[in-house]
Amino acid sequence: MSKPIQLGPDETFVLNVGPQHPATHGVLRVKMRMDGEYIVDSETVIGYIHRMHEKMGEIKPYPQYLMNLSRMDYLGAVGYSHGHVLCVEKAAGIEVPERAEYIRVIMVELNRIASHLFWFGAFVMDLGGFSPLMYALQDREHILDMMEAVTGSRLTYCYFRFGGLYNDIDDQFIDAARRFIPRMRKSLDKYDKLVTGNIIFRKRLEGNAFLSKETCRKYGASSAVARGSGINFDVRKNEPYSVYPELDFEVPVFHECDSLARYNVRMAEIEQSLRIVEQALDKLPDGLFMAEKAPKIIKPPAGDYYQAVETARGSFGVRLVSDGTKTPYRLKLRSPTYSNMHLFDETCRGMMIMDALAFMGSLDLVIPEIDR
Amino acid sequence: MSTTLLNVIFAVVAAIAFAALNAAYLVWAERRGAGRIQRRPGPNINGPLGLLQPPIDGLKLMAKQLMIPGGTDKVLFIAAPVLSMFPAIMSFVTIPFSSTIVARNMDVGLLMIFAFASSGSMALLFAGWSSRNKYAMMSAVRSVSQAVAYEIPMLITAMTIVMMTGTMNLMEIVNQQGPSILHWNIFPVFGNSHNLLMPFSFLIFFTCTLAETNRAPFDLGEAESELVAGFHIEYGSMGFGLFFMAEYANIVIGSCVTTILFLGGWHPPLPFLGFIPGVIWFLLKIYMLIATFIWIRWTFPRTTIYGLLNLSWKILIPLSLFNLLFTAGLLKVF
Amino acid sequence: MGAYFSEIFKGLWSLFIGMSITFREFFKPVVTVPYPYETLKMPERYRGHVELIEDEEGKPNCIVCMACERACPSNCISLDGEKPEGSKKKVLTKYRLDFTKCSLCGSCVEACKFNALTFSKEYNLASTRKEDFYFDLLQRLEDRNK
Repeated sequence: MSKPIQLGPDETFVLNVGPQHPATHGVLRVKMRMDGEYIVDSETVIGYIHRMHEKMGEIKPYPQYLMNLSRMDYLGAVGYSHGHVLCVEKAAGIEVPERAEYIRVIMVELNRIASHLFWFGAFVMDLGGFSPLMYALQDREHILDMMEAVTGSRLTYCYFRFGGLYNDIDDQFIDAARRFIPRMRKSLDKYDKLVTGNIIFRKRLEGNAFLSKETCRKYGASSAVARGSGINFDVRKNEPYSVYPELDFEVPVFHECDSLARYNVRMAEIEQSLRIVEQALDKLPDGLFMAEKAPKIIKPPAGDYYQAVETARGSFGVRLVSDGTKTPYRLKLRSPTYSNMHLFDETCRGMMIMDALAFMGSLDLVIPEIDR
Repeated sequence: MSTTLLNVIFAVVAAIAFAALNAAYLVWAERRGAGRIQRRPGPNINGPLGLLQPPIDGLKLMAKQLMIPGGTDKVLFIAAPVLSMFPAIMSFVTIPFSSTIVARNMDVGLLMIFAFASSGSMALLFAGWSSRNKYAMMSAVRSVSQAVAYEIPMLITAMTIVMMTGTMNLMEIVNQQGPSILHWNIFPVFGNSHNLLMPFSFLIFFTCTLAETNRAPFDLGEAESELVAGFHIEYGSMGFGLFFMAEYANIVIGSCVTTILFLGGWHPPLPFLGFIPGVIWFLLKIYMLIATFIWIRWTFPRTTIYGLLNLSWKILIPLSLFNLLFTAGLLKVF
Repeated sequence: MGAYFSEIFKGLWSLFIGMSITFREFFKPVVTVPYPYETLKMPERYRGHVELIEDEEGKPNCIVCMACERACPSNCISLDGEKPEGSKKKVLTKYRLDFTKCSLCGSCVEACKFNALTFSKEYNLASTRKEDFYFDLLQRLEDRNK
């Protein structure tokens, strides 16, 4: 943790990249002490969108709390619901039919692709190229349309229930998903040519914002931030859950530790997610989408349960301390972006402001998830 | 009043009108072009094809309150937008649109255009300095170093052309670029140059024009995502409107100079197409270059300040110096 | 020396490739829908605010079991019923949905065992007063039946 910034007697000034700024993607305030264009020190201030989700977890009974999880990180909402639902099912001992598990995985991976596409568009827009944002959003629209036809909403899906799903998917969804996969591969090729191979883009990112392995470990970073620095950790492989052990995919790891490595990790993750969706669609069994004997009133036995899942932003964990009643005693949500963001203060010393903002973009911050 | 004075006044007024009309309607062209590249329509509600959008935007800007923040240097604050519009309009006076249409043809026309372009970068410094805002200051500092760094290769490349043609008179330069496309300065076959590196010279000059007019990918002065709006962050209403229009007028001047120096001015590409008047060819070439400006803006991200300065000092200047010496050598030999 | 030139040429070539992609995209058709001149059809399962379902006589199916009111996480539903003379089941007299708090989660639709609630397809809701969003669903049902 860096200490708060004071105005020193030397020739530095404090630049306030305030809560309202196009580059911070949410309400995040960064106080930077600058020496000309170079950052001497910085301090991030969060809390502008704190909505007390953990307190609500202590008051609301389990079925009523399902809706909160979609609002935590609205870009990758399904992954967060997945973590919560798996934790409560582990605690209460509810069995989920296999068809429901496969559909959950398909939804999670499609949502991961949508979240990464939005990150890609916003990141390149931060660097100054405005067109790839529109192309990425158009691809994302296909995913959102597919999921809207099944769940009924585009962004805050309240789709998972304890024991299965809200309603089943139909053939139209399976056809649309199968048609989407080759189209997305063609688009990835287009982004490769337009953005990844572009010399201006590479000069911006290559060799900038060096983030060492030790810094990542110190702050508990996960997802592309850690995998871009050579740490091979993915919750889906290291602590497997749901049907991931039966699916064949790779975890992309790059060792260059700069912003381009983090970008490459995410673009490779989109391709791996497409592979997972293909395999899951092939292996989809028939059956029920909701457990027959799913209890209406959920009272897990007293104890301490933890479940981590891999969302688009990192390792999201739900810790449930239950005392045997209808509402939890404590529900702790471990937010991956909280850990990812705090290494900004230490790493940005000595960078120019343009590089620091590109670094912030490559961390993929979504502020409502930090503040919960 | 004698007829020549009347002619001159008429020509100057026509030049100013052309500049203003272009500045207004290039905004429309840019927004529609950007829209189509991003697969959306662009403005199409006000008037047919959205053609009434620029006048309505102008009316909106004029109706806003002209605010001067407290603590700023008032003279510089108000002078900066005017100063940025001034070089563009003045440079139109010497540009020949065809063999007979020119406001006032001077023997040092090229020098005059470059002199006015240098004074245009002063306007950015005035705007950033007088705004009493850290973001504006940082952006003004960046813009000035960028402007200085990119004037040098531009002038060196222009010197190459002047060496080949032997004159700074814009009319003469175009007249020497013969009747067909192979005689243009960019193509070295029959032209004066016999210099195979001329297309690279054209690329260098084009890049410098992009950088001098603060256009993407060199638009650090107005880097919208980092320093919200850069040096004109404190300007509202017509101050902002003037900066906006001045940017497009500068683009037109840059395209005109590029066309005259490299692409043959008003000459048609093939001699038998000469029945179409020269003005049409000149305008066609300018607008193709402007379309390329717009195309480039919406494709590429922004460079960093040191990437930009490195590009100029380490790549463009050595290459253009080498080209200058090479051309001098060739002119001596042949 | 060779690296200096090869970097320049490769960089320039990558710029031209990027420009060719945007050039091709320029000629592709527009993907946006010019709302409000054209509108999209909402999918079947779209979640608008809830509406009451009626039976053949035009009366709501609801028997005032209060399951939806208990299931709602945001306390937006309040309903009242009375038992008319000589009938075993309660009849709905008031069904008030406070849409300013509703999060469109669907718990009420899921909790109802009597097929009395469904999602509507309304998305065009905008107003300048908060009171416009305190929906009286019974009134809306009668308005639809007229």
